[in-house]
Amino acid sequence: MFSRLWNWIKGLWRTIARPSIHYSLGFLCLSGFFMGIIFWGGFNTALELTNTEKFCTGCHEMRDNVFEELKSTIHYTNRSGVRATCPDCHVPHEWTPKIARKMQASKEVWGKIFGTINTREKFLEKRLELAQHEWARLEANDSLECRNCHSEEYMDFTRQSKRAAETHERFLVTGEKTCIDCHKGIAHQLPDLGQAGMMKPQPTEAQIVAYLDSLEELGAN
Amino acid sequence: MKRILLSVLGVAAVTVSISAASAQQYVATLRGEVDLAEETMPPPIPAQTNDDLRKARNYPEQPPLIPHKIEGYQIDKNANRCLTCHARSAVEDSQAPMISVTHFMNRDNQVLASVSPRRYFCTQCHVPQHEAKPLVENAFVDVDNVLEYLKENEGGSD
Repeated sequence: MFSRLWNWIKGLWRTIARPSIHYSLGFLCLSGFFMGIIFWGGFNTALELTNTEKFCTGCHEMRDNVFEELKSTIHYTNRSGVRATCPDCHVPHEWTPKIARKMQASKEVWGKIFGTINTREKFLEKRLELAQHEWARLEANDSLECRNCHSEEYMDFTRQSKRAAETHERFLVTGEKTCIDCHKGIAHQLPDLGQAGMMKPQPTEAQIVAYLDSLEELGAN
Repeated sequence: MKRILLSVLGVAAVTVSISAASAQQYVATLRGEVDLAEETMPPPIPAQTNDDLRKARNYPEQPPLIPHKIEGYQIDKNANRCLTCHARSAVEDSQAPMISVTHFMNRDNQVLASVSPRRYFCTQCHVPQHEAKPLVENAFVDVDNVLEYLKENEGGSD
């Protein structure tokens, strides 16, 4: 069995390694070139097909939960009709990070097959974790997907409300914070974040436990 | 006989419809003079005031008005968009006024560690404003003017 397979591979290699008998070098080069165009074009078309809102909302997990929430926000409908679709914010536009994100998306295919969030209840339970992934991604790339449209350089602060202009000057221009730090939950609903505000650095669990222990000690004395 | 009955019924129906129509003319509703079965064209929604200037309260216990836009703010069991700026721990960053201590009180006036559930839904009391003409007249007079008037005209009251 294995020797037969080995022989077949060896035969194939001999054919590939040998110069062509019937076809000219020019023909082979040109056909390689055109095959390359067809292959690359096909690959890119397939990739772009998975980068559309229609594709994302093809599954009920997205259509009935996050897409439904998007519909009432300014990123879906507004006075000028310029809008963002799912991949505008959730898939990097540059080629290499885009391919990296597409490979990560295989986890989402896994989730789809095994029904990780196939009911509303399961989705709500997992929503905080899913949201945190997106927040971490946007924090790491300095809100790149926001900045693809909302450039800080061309933002006219005088056209913003006083409050917005001041806050942007304090936090955005100085680079102290990035868009997602304050603008969470603008396109989808927020999960349960607990009592603690979104803006403060949070103490670790160990610090909280130590604090509570010290209180108990005080009470004992 | 049948014919007479029909004509009487017809006259009655016409009278009822006429009186209904004339009554409709006199009832002033915000909806305007449009048949119930028809849909009115609602007036465009004016933009929310967004000047960030505090408005005076019309009486001491009036919940302060919101001087900025709150369109699309999420206020539910999971999150409270207002508190991301107005919470006790957030005002250092946001420089927004902190919600008053009454929001931490339960109904026995005991101050709790965090916002009392009965004071959690901001827009139950606090509302933004619109640049719109009032739909009905308002003869409200500020209590300071009332006090002043009473003092001058009746030598004060107790």
